[in-house]
Order: sequence, then C-alpha cells, then structure tokens
Amino acid sequence: MNKTNFMEVTFKAISANESFARVCVAAFCVGLNPSLDEIGDIKTAVSEAVTNCIVHAYPKHSGLVTLRCELDGNQVKIIVKDNGIGIKDIAKAREPFFTTKPSEERSGMGFAVMESFMDSVEVESQNGLTVTMTKKICDNSFLQAGNA
Amino acid sequence: MHIKSKIYKKTLYVVLCGELDEHSSMHVRRELDEIFSQGEFNQIIIDLSELQFMDSTGIGVLIGRYKKMKLKNIPIFICNPSRHAEKIFKMTGLYEIMPKIV
Repeated sequence: MNKTNFMEVTFKAISANESFARVCVAAFCVGLNPSLDEIGDIKTAVSEAVTNCIVHAYPKHSGLVTLRCELDGNQVKIIVKDNGIGIKDIAKAREPFFTTKPSEERSGMGFAVMESFMDSVEVESQNGLTVTMTKKICDNSFLQAGNA
Repeated sequence: MHIKSKIYKKTLYVVLCGELDEHSSMHVRRELDEIFSQGEFNQIIIDLSELQFMDSTGIGVLIGRYKKMKLKNIPIFICNPSRHAEKIFKMTGLYEIMPKIV
C-alpha cells in the first residue's frame, strides 16, 4: 500500500526556530521507521536549509520560513522556502566553501552537507529561495520486530 | 549549549555539551575564546562526546578557533565525535587541521 502524508509549518526566520524545524521534521518522519543515521541525516540537512534562510534571506527586515514535509511511500520530500532576496548565482552558492560572509566565520558548506546527506537537492530562486530535498528511507521495521 | 573545561598537565580539555547550530554559535564562539585566553596550556583537546547535534555552522566555529590558536602555535585536537559530526568533519577536511585523537 502506498502511504502519502504531508505537513507544513511556517515560522519566523530566527535562529531560535532551527531546533524546532529539525525536531518537527524528525517527529513527522518517525512513521517510516527511519534509522538513527537516517534521522540524523535529515535533521542536519533541514538545519542547513533553515539556517540559509535565517542568515541570508532577510538582510533588512524580518521574514518567514515555510517548511513542508511530504511522505510518499518510503520517500521523504522536504521543501524549505523563504520570501527573501534569493540567490543570484545558484551554481556558485552550491560550490563547497563558497560564502558571501567570510568575516562571520561561515564554512560555506551548507549546500554540500545537504547534497551529501540527502539523495537529491534542488534549489530555485524565484520570489525568494526554495530548497527541495528528497531521501528514501530503508525499511528498518524488521530491526524493531527483532528487538520486540 | 554549555561548555566544560579544565587544564591538566598543560593540556586544555574542552567538552561541548548540547547542540551547536547557528542559534548557539555566537555563544560558543565567545565562551571558547574566553576559555582559550585563560591559563597556561600548550595544546587543546575538544571532546564532542556530549554534543548532541552539529551542522556546518560548527565547522565555521571550529575553524575560527583554529585560526586564533594557530597564531599562538597551539594545536587543537578533536575526540569522540558522533557519527554525524565525523561525516561533516571528513567531507570538509577539518581533520587535516584538527586531527582526531582516540
């Protein structure tokens, strides 16, 4: 049976909401029986995408971040969207170690981490920035059955 | 996020506890800089056994501290990273400047 589900939350683009975003997605994905490694991958990728919104999207005023998570079978799709200034050169921004704020001790590894921890990462800059990431979750239910 | 530290036989031991992300990074930077500026030591060991989460913001924080300590010829070592922290360290090459010790 193909199970589908989704959730969407919108929150203020402030760093205090980073942990909320991570925990929110992790809790939503629990039904797929992800391993701790898989949940860790997803939480890290979400944290990177949300941090991008908080640090880069709204230089002059406060704004919002929308986090959407869709489950389709064993695949998780995560969409992180802001309505901020976007990115002019997406290819450049995705290069490892590229940062627009070197004076702030930023690693410039946000997109590289997302790409490494998720199966696919798409970035679109139109009316703000939208990052869409997917990851397939292995069926770990037999592990839990074995431990019962 | 809080930080424990002690100096033993000229080694500064630092334990990062909690979650290191953009939200906690400013506090961690300030506190590490303060700890690193006090006492006498010739090397630093950063223990990550109590770090529950870290994203690439943590890499920026650690490289920033590395640059400051390099000016004083004080090496920094990492120990007990989680599997996820380890993954980020390996992909960013952090271990080349802050070697992992067991």
